[in-house]
Amino acid sequence: MGERFVGKKKGREAMKLRKRLSGVLIHLFLLSGACTMILPFVWMVLTSFKTVAESTSMNPFVFFPSEWKWEHYVTVWKQNHFLRLYWNTFAMMAIRVFLGLLFSAMAAYAFARLNFPGKNFFFGIVLFQMMVPTQIFIIPQYLMVDAIQMRNTIFALVFPGLVSAFGTFLLRQFFMVLPKELEEAAKLDGCNIGQTFLYVMLPLVRSGLVALGIFTALFAFKDLMWPLIVNTSADAATLSSALAKIQSAYSVHYPELMTAAVLAIWPMMLVFFLFQRQFVEGISTSGGKL
Amino acid sequence: MAKAVNKVSKRTWNEWIWAWFLIAPTIIGLIVLNIIPIIRTAHMSLFKSGDFGRNHIFVGLDNYVRMVNDPQVWQAVVNTLVYTFLVVPVSIALAMLIAVLLNRPLKGRSIYRTIYFIPMIAAPAAVTMVWRWLYNSNFGLINYLLSLVGIPPVNWTTDPRIAIVSIAIIGIWSIVGYNMVLLLAGLQEIPRDYYEASEIDGAGKVRQFFTITLPLVTPTLFFVMVTTIIQSMQVFDVIYMMIDITNPAYEKTVSLVYLFYNNSFKYSDKGYGSAIVMLLLAIIMVLTVIQIKVQKRWVNYG
Repeated sequence: MGERFVGKKKGREAMKLRKRLSGVLIHLFLLSGACTMILPFVWMVLTSFKTVAESTSMNPFVFFPSEWKWEHYVTVWKQNHFLRLYWNTFAMMAIRVFLGLLFSAMAAYAFARLNFPGKNFFFGIVLFQMMVPTQIFIIPQYLMVDAIQMRNTIFALVFPGLVSAFGTFLLRQFFMVLPKELEEAAKLDGCNIGQTFLYVMLPLVRSGLVALGIFTALFAFKDLMWPLIVNTSADAATLSSALAKIQSAYSVHYPELMTAAVLAIWPMMLVFFLFQRQFVEGISTSGGKL
Repeated sequence: MAKAVNKVSKRTWNEWIWAWFLIAPTIIGLIVLNIIPIIRTAHMSLFKSGDFGRNHIFVGLDNYVRMVNDPQVWQAVVNTLVYTFLVVPVSIALAMLIAVLLNRPLKGRSIYRTIYFIPMIAAPAAVTMVWRWLYNSNFGLINYLLSLVGIPPVNWTTDPRIAIVSIAIIGIWSIVGYNMVLLLAGLQEIPRDYYEASEIDGAGKVRQFFTITLPLVTPTLFFVMVTTIIQSMQVFDVIYMMIDITNPAYEKTVSLVYLFYNNSFKYSDKGYGSAIVMLLLAIIMVLTVIQIKVQKRWVNYG
């Protein structure tokens, strides 16, 4: 009996050891993955502080700049209207988020909670838009902006995002799960449909609004083709489309290119680190809704 | 009878008018911004267009005939599919693996989740610039690290056989965290009892994964797959930033959307560009129909 007990203890210890070993392996795997995710950004920042000679030195290979000098930042900032680019990008994102949330919430509420003639037909339009690749709209959208002579404006940047089929669909999912009693209670209290929507129902889909806001902002920030096409003048570019031009202008001056890249992405990174929970949770709650 | 109709309709009318008012901006916007443009793109694909879409000449199906006989278009279809078939399985498999590892008590779980998500936040234009630098054949970090283990330098961005893989690596790197967050949300919906019950039955971790986790996460997996495929089929930014027309790897990397962009806006041949984007629409539609058909065989809606 004693022997069996010892054997059991040994087995337990072996299992513990195995568990710990697999724990270490898991961490090693996850850690190497995490390094791969971060490394390009670290390299971007390191290169932006190097001299050209340091960045192209192979023997010895230079990992860290010998001196942390801001000179590339000064040059790149001077050669490009970064304040202008920040403003264009920010204004585009803010207007797209505001209008996208407003119009999508309105339509989503009607599709989720009201009955009206043409509901299925109109919702069919929403679904149809979502299934079609967006490039199919681009030439006619460009021709429209061109026809009203609005190229190289903030309006042009916002134009394709004035309304959002995706947002309507996403928020509809959030509105659908709310209990019917809420509307009935609001009605008894004398709310009309608009008031019920605005004061009772809208606050209850806050997590949906946050998720849609994040999606819309990220999409607008990352979009490259539309600003490249519609706002060709340097003063009307967004951060993304300006980078494309900077890349062809600076060609192989990598420290300056990396500086421009850092200048373009740091505001969004900062916002992400401040609101990382909302970002990640916003995305994950919406995933189950689609 | 007429009276009854009137009585009902006053309240119903109220609801109808509110509903129409609420959907009006979105529906009008969708018609102007999306429905009319689709028709216009289809229409334009039948014309030979002059500068800025003016001076149209009706050419019937000429653009389509030209497209079918254009080896560059077919190469672009192949490139786009190769990219998609690299990015979709690899990114989803990796995302699944990471999600499973994070779906358990683990130190630093939320930190890992945040870090893996970071590439999603950065603009593809900036991301591609730094990857191009990492890939640089003479001074790039990757070739330097490879040289340490004795591997000769690789022309990541200019070798026609390799460039599409280099591009796919960026695509995978960018999307893995996003897919992981979605899959993790799916995993967390699986009730704990299932695992406890199977543990009592003596099932190991690997068996648990294949008998419980995988079948129950298929709805999320399906969603992730559909969105990743559609997104990959529309790849543009990374290729645009990495491969210019003079790059020797251009022919073997140009995607359908990049080709559409070049024809429509670089060469101002909007008729031909429209035909190319109609082809993209057709391919995506076919892929979507196939997925919905095949879905019934493997997606488990419980």
